[in-house]
Amino acid sequence: MAGFRPTSDGVTARFAKPEAAIIRDLVGQVVELVVADIPAPDPDELAAMVGISDSTEVPDDPVLARLLPDGYRDDPEAAQEFRRFTESGLRSAKVESAQMLLQTLPVSGGKVKLSSDQAEAWLRSLNDVRLALGVRLGVTDDFDGLNEDVGPDDPRHAYIQVYQWLAFLQESLVAALS
Amino acid sequence: MSVAPVEVTRAETDEEAIVDRPWITIVWNDPVNLMDYVTYVFQRVFGYPKPKAEKLMLDVHHKGKAVVAAGAREAMERNAETLHGYGLWATVSHDT
Repeated sequence: MAGFRPTSDGVTARFAKPEAAIIRDLVGQVVELVVADIPAPDPDELAAMVGISDSTEVPDDPVLARLLPDGYRDDPEAAQEFRRFTESGLRSAKVESAQMLLQTLPVSGGKVKLSSDQAEAWLRSLNDVRLALGVRLGVTDDFDGLNEDVGPDDPRHAYIQVYQWLAFLQESLVAALS
Repeated sequence: MSVAPVEVTRAETDEEAIVDRPWITIVWNDPVNLMDYVTYVFQRVFGYPKPKAEKLMLDVHHKGKAVVAAGAREAMERNAETLHGYGLWATVSHDT
C-alpha cells in the first residue's frame, strides 16, 4: 500500500483486505485492554459524571502502564491525585479514537477517506497500537538490534513487520496532515 | 479559604521562593513515538511554529527530555493530560 495522501478536505488511503483485518484486530485488542479492568467509578455520582475514579495506582499490565502513564515522576501522592482525576477520561478518549477508526475502516478494506478530525482519531489510535506492540516486543532505541535478534522462526517476527508497517502508515498520515 | 487582612512584611523567605518557581510540563523520550509525530503533536497542542516544535522534539530525542511548557500548575496538568491522549510520555513538575 502507498500510505495516506492529502485531499482537498482531508486524507485518503487504500487498504487491502488483510491490511484492514490486521489493523482492526490490533485496534480491537487495545480497546479490550483499555476497557477491561476499569477501576470502580467514584461512588459519588457527580464525581463519576466528571470522570473522577478511585483509580490511583499505575496499572500492573506494562502496556496499560504505558498507555495510562503517571503524571508526576517524583511525587507519588501527586501522581495518585492526577490519576484519580484523569485516568477515566483518558481511557474513554482512547476508546473513542479506536471506535472512530473502526467505523471508518471497512472490514473488506478498500478506499478510506477521512476528514481531518477522523484522521486525528486514526493518528492517536495507530499510535496506541504501536505503543502496545512496542511494549510487548520490547522495542528499545536499538530497534535494528532487536530486528537482527529476531529470526524468521521467532513468533515476534511477524509482529515486527507489522510494527514497521504501522510506523510507515502513521508517518504518511502525519505528512498528509502537515 | 479566606485571607485575613494582615500586615505583609516583604521578606525573601524560602516559601516565597517556592511560590515563584513556575510549574513545567516535561516530555520524556521513548523508543516508539515517531519524530514527525511528536513534532506534529507539539504544533497541534501548543500551537508552536514548526521550527520550535522540531527543536523541542530533537531535545526530547537527544537529551532524553524537554520542557515543553511552563506556567500555572493546573495548566501544566492539562497539558500532561492532553499529551497522554496523544500517547506522549509527559509529566508535571516544579521548575528547579
